[in-house]
Amino acid sequence: MSYQALMAQLAIGVSNGAFYAMLSLGLAVIFGMLNVVNFAHGAVFMLGAFVALFLKLQLGLGYYASLILVPIIVGAFGVLADLALLKRLRGLDPLYGLLLTFGMTLVLEGIFRYFYGSAGVPYSAPEGLVGAVDLGFMIMPLYRFWVIVASAVVCFGTWYAIERTRLGAYLRAATENATLTQSFGINVPVLLTLTYGLGVALAGFAGVLAAPIYSVNPLMGSNLIIVVFAVVVIGGMGSILGAIVSGFALGILEGFTKVFYPEASNIVVFVVMAIVLLVKPAGLFGRAT
Amino acid sequence: MTSKRSELLLVIAGLVLLLVLPHILYPVFVMKALIAGLFACAFNLMLGYGGLLSFGHAAFFGTAAYAMAHSTKLWGWPFEAGLLLGVAAAAAVGVVMGVLAIRRQGIYFAMITLALSQMLYFLYLQTPFTHGEDGIQSVPRGKALGFIDLSNGLNMYYTLLVVVLAGFWLIWRTVHSPFGQVLKAIRDNEPRATSLGYNVDRYKLLAFILSAALAGLAGALNATVFQLASLNDVTWQHSGEVILMTLLGGVGTILGPVIGGALVVTLQNYLAASGLPVDVVIGLFFIACVLLFRRGLVGEVIAWNERRKGS
Repeated sequence: MSYQALMAQLAIGVSNGAFYAMLSLGLAVIFGMLNVVNFAHGAVFMLGAFVALFLKLQLGLGYYASLILVPIIVGAFGVLADLALLKRLRGLDPLYGLLLTFGMTLVLEGIFRYFYGSAGVPYSAPEGLVGAVDLGFMIMPLYRFWVIVASAVVCFGTWYAIERTRLGAYLRAATENATLTQSFGINVPVLLTLTYGLGVALAGFAGVLAAPIYSVNPLMGSNLIIVVFAVVVIGGMGSILGAIVSGFALGILEGFTKVFYPEASNIVVFVVMAIVLLVKPAGLFGRAT
Repeated sequence: MTSKRSELLLVIAGLVLLLVLPHILYPVFVMKALIAGLFACAFNLMLGYGGLLSFGHAAFFGTAAYAMAHSTKLWGWPFEAGLLLGVAAAAAVGVVMGVLAIRRQGIYFAMITLALSQMLYFLYLQTPFTHGEDGIQSVPRGKALGFIDLSNGLNMYYTLLVVVLAGFWLIWRTVHSPFGQVLKAIRDNEPRATSLGYNVDRYKLLAFILSAALAGLAGALNATVFQLASLNDVTWQHSGEVILMTLLGGVGTILGPVIGGALVVTLQNYLAASGLPVDVVIGLFFIACVLLFRRGLVGEVIAWNERRKGS
């Protein structure tokens, strides 16, 4: 195995890990606040890619505009979905949240499949991000490099917003004890809805980033989301940092598996999940429940 | 006493209906509904009586279907032997998945079973014996007990009916046994069941394996009736379908999943002919069930009946 090929797979692995990290981060934020496992996260990721495609085809808006507009549009969709549907399930068994978002996934994917079939629509990367970049120790496709940088910035930003700002402190307080937080005059219901919107916006952002790599297709999210569930079980859902770290780590592991034992690359994350469950059932960064 | 009698009447009426039905409706359709009902009932054993939502029951259904199809087609096994192999294979997968998944509860249990069944999907996608996207096709139906020719539609129907009813009976017995009572106790209050000295994990695992084996029974029958075992049986969408059947009919009721199964199969049949996107309608049903009637159809009827008695 040549050094160059190994590094190429590693680069793909890290950038896949970037998607795992962004999606599991959104799942962790939503679960932490709303106690809902958002099955629709993959569908929303797909929605983000499609909205970017529409913006380009209908309005002629480019990639960078989409990178800003899509999270806003998808986030607004999330806020509406929460107000119309998810909000009615507050306080119920979290299983109902999972089932409701599963239904939302079927509807969303079904609609896009009805109009687009299962074939993908290509979405090209902007000209500035085509080509390769020499990092000294390896040559890497520029777009993959951009994905890694962008997601690292977004992940760090989310972590910072939640752990180091006043709004984040409200969020954490409401996660810990919603009633008490509300009695301090903080509008917890609005906070919950906004959190869902934010988590979903993250998935939409990831969808735009993914559009030039994977072709834009209705099923791009659902296959990803199950792997992300495994990532979340491995990392433990309680921790923001855990979600980010395990996302990147598992992406890298998957990349290496593709080099040394390609047949297993599809299942390596699930195997790791099984091992973690045997050794540390609460997850690597999780607290025992 | 009267409720016992009315229950008995209901069972007899149901049996008569099932005997007559293939002469009124297309037998393959009724068989499909019965298989769905058995599958949902097996799933409900876990959710309704164990309180654990498995999102990976398609793994058991599909594994048994492959075992049945492979053993009867390539090894020339008889129908009964294939059925047994299918059930055993599903139970074996159930042991592995159960041991891992019961280490976590609630929402994690659902995610773990989903992830593990997806792993199995990828394995089946790659191993040669499943024939990948094509599946194992033209599975022979063979002869039940060596002389009942199952290629005849009605023979197949009545043989299947006997097997499915045996499955229902086993589920009914399980739910009404001391084992079932302990299971319900664990569902309602796990710490209390533990403090009473029950080995909670062992009960959950046993229930999971039983549920997997019965889901396997449904899968093996499916392979025989449709003479096909394919990747579709193992997808997460299929796991979702069985959840909808149970939810629609009524979680934690005996009859609910059967009715839910029949409804979903009817719906799918109707939608397939209408050209509407099936997934969208199924998804809308999901949303409606979760938001509007979480007790399901049978659950609502029971609740209505109790309210009426109470007043």
